[in-house]
Amino acid sequence: MTGVERIRSAIANRQGDTTAAFMPYFPSGFPSRPESVAMMRSMADAGADLFEIGFPFSDPLADGPTIQAATHRALLNGMKTRDCLDIAKELRDAGITQPFCAMSYYNPIFNYGPDRFIEDAVRAGFDGFIIPDLPPDEGQEMEEACREAGLALVYLLAPSSSRERIELVTSRSTGFVYLVSVLGTTGARASLPDYLTDLVAQVRADTDTPVCVGFGVSNGVQAAQVASIADGAIVGSALVKAADGPDGADAVKSLARELARGAHGH
Amino acid sequence: MVDQIDAIFQADDYGVHYPDSRGRFGPYGGKYVPETLIPALEELEDIHATAMQDEDFRTELNSLLETYVGRPTPLTHARRLTEHFGGPEIYLKREDLAHTGAHKINNALGQALMVKRILGKNRVVAETGAGQHGVATATACALLDMECVVYMGSVDMARQAPNVFRMRLLGADVREVSSGSQTLKDAINEAIRDWVTNVPDTHYLLGSALGPHPFPVMVRNLQSVIGREARRQMLDPSTGPGQLPDVVVACVGGGSNAIGMFYPFVMDPGVRLVGVEAGGRGIDSHEHAARFADPKMGRLGVLHGTRSYVLQDEDGQIALTHSISAGLDYASVGPEHALLRDRERAEYFYCTDEQALAGFELLCRQEGIIPALESAHAVGWLPELMSDVSSDDVVLVSLSGRGDKDLDTVMAELSPGH
Ligand SMILES: Cc1ncc(COP(=O)(O)O)c(C=O)c1O
Repeated sequence: MTGVERIRSAIANRQGDTTAAFMPYFPSGFPSRPESVAMMRSMADAGADLFEIGFPFSDPLADGPTIQAATHRALLNGMKTRDCLDIAKELRDAGITQPFCAMSYYNPIFNYGPDRFIEDAVRAGFDGFIIPDLPPDEGQEMEEACREAGLALVYLLAPSSSRERIELVTSRSTGFVYLVSVLGTTGARASLPDYLTDLVAQVRADTDTPVCVGFGVSNGVQAAQVASIADGAIVGSALVKAADGPDGADAVKSLARELARGAHGH
Repeated sequence: MVDQIDAIFQADDYGVHYPDSRGRFGPYGGKYVPETLIPALEELEDIHATAMQDEDFRTELNSLLETYVGRPTPLTHARRLTEHFGGPEIYLKREDLAHTGAHKINNALGQALMVKRILGKNRVVAETGAGQHGVATATACALLDMECVVYMGSVDMARQAPNVFRMRLLGADVREVSSGSQTLKDAINEAIRDWVTNVPDTHYLLGSALGPHPFPVMVRNLQSVIGREARRQMLDPSTGPGQLPDVVVACVGGGSNAIGMFYPFVMDPGVRLVGVEAGGRGIDSHEHAARFADPKMGRLGVLHGTRSYVLQDEDGQIALTHSISAGLDYASVGPEHALLRDRERAEYFYCTDEQALAGFELLCRQEGIIPALESAHAVGWLPELMSDVSSDDVVLVSLSGRGDKDLDTVMAELSPGH
């Protein structure tokens, strides 16, 4: 199977009227390198269907304070692009089989060399990429290289997206479409916006590609709400916050369980 | 009379091709932004095109430039500076005499008017390094009755304190940014985050020829009034030497005063265009902001929505920069400069902190003009030019701003009368 197929099948396994895939985002190297590996392993046990593995960047302009602080810490811990790739490898060696998407800003990839990056990412066990500052307008090069390697290049949509943008993104995104639920940066939010149901419906009307919702989803109830309208629930900041306490590992595991239950409809 | 902004649409060969419809200047530029912002950038492209062809808009902007900003700014023959070097005749384009004390007002007022009149948005966010763009934006917002939020790094707030106070007097909400290097780069991150969150009613008024398309071309168009005026003033014997300059020199932070000055001269092949970057404590120290001068750290990259030269470490993390001048202290450079350099149409050199301070003092003593530390980089580089020019040559220097804001910094470095 190609990376795109593995992602599609992991999502399809959970697709249903009230169910969806649960996709945690976690920054590699936070709070420390070994802890980030341990936490992702525990989330895999807790019911994660796919992973977004975060690569740190010095200028994360799409991120709110929680993820900014976490990825900054990862950089202080000395995390390099190579280390993030190695973490995926480590997880694969430990028997984790869920699909992995690398979540990275474009400059570290561009600097590494897109072709070499994709090659090394395949070797490390990645299935796709999410690059928040690479819209389809600038993505051709990366897209072609991903197509050859069978990896997904996931593009994003937002509440501000026009009809034309929705058509463009749904026709170009592979693996799934990442629907940003709010105007703004990443961060846990108390409730999901009222317009979300309509927004998801509008995007889904346009495509067979699964639609996963992220930004702001932070508890089991919200995960269940997302599951009733979309194909996947992406959770980042809430898990990062949970990881940042004295009992971080336990807190992450129990939140991941709650989110998985919400998304999986039980 | 202010040189009509119509000239923007008398596109020459160069302008017809760059940027292309995707906002590319050859391999540079583009739109590397989160999807959320794409509609706002598309809208901005539209209003930029509309505004430039809208008779009422042009009339209003030109009238404000004349009656409010004080344009055209003078061209000054720097006689004593010329004598000091004993070389070419030196002329100064006096953007320091524009209202608010720097060229930044040309862009701030143009964008604010565009957004207010054509888009109807009433909230503006901006970043600022030296505070000059923040002051210019706060001024435009006061004039046009718009809400203004300015993001500024903590380090810059400390070293440009008078400008923080000026912005607040003008009614702006100045927000301190204490993440990362606490300078211009981080202020831009925070301004973009605000924009992403409030995009339906907010315009991001970017202060240099940087960022995603259409900012580099829009800012260049609004700033090229500097070069159009200077070119006419040089050619007219009643205001200048009656000839084109042989060399044009401007400091380059993001690159707006430089591109505004260069652009109208690009099609004059005999005119050498020279940009001066901030050499900080020297290239080997790695504490500088000379993107073109450091082959190890200054490489092609993507920062803040545009592809250009970026100071970065071997892992693609953006480097911390240093310059004595807050306005030049930035890790990337406007994409059009990267193209002009590739085409060998413009050359780029650097001036260290020490050389800039020498330039600062020199201009104070020889001409009675206290320059901004940014502009002092153009002056401080002149000694290096002297071996390369003859005494019949004419040199035009962009004096992008005045130095009142920098007195604390300079006081800490120099003791008068030494
Ligand atoms: C007086 C002055 N000159 C130059 C600059 C550098 O900007 P740019 O390269 O966009 O002209 C600044 C920026 O703050 C400034 O205040």
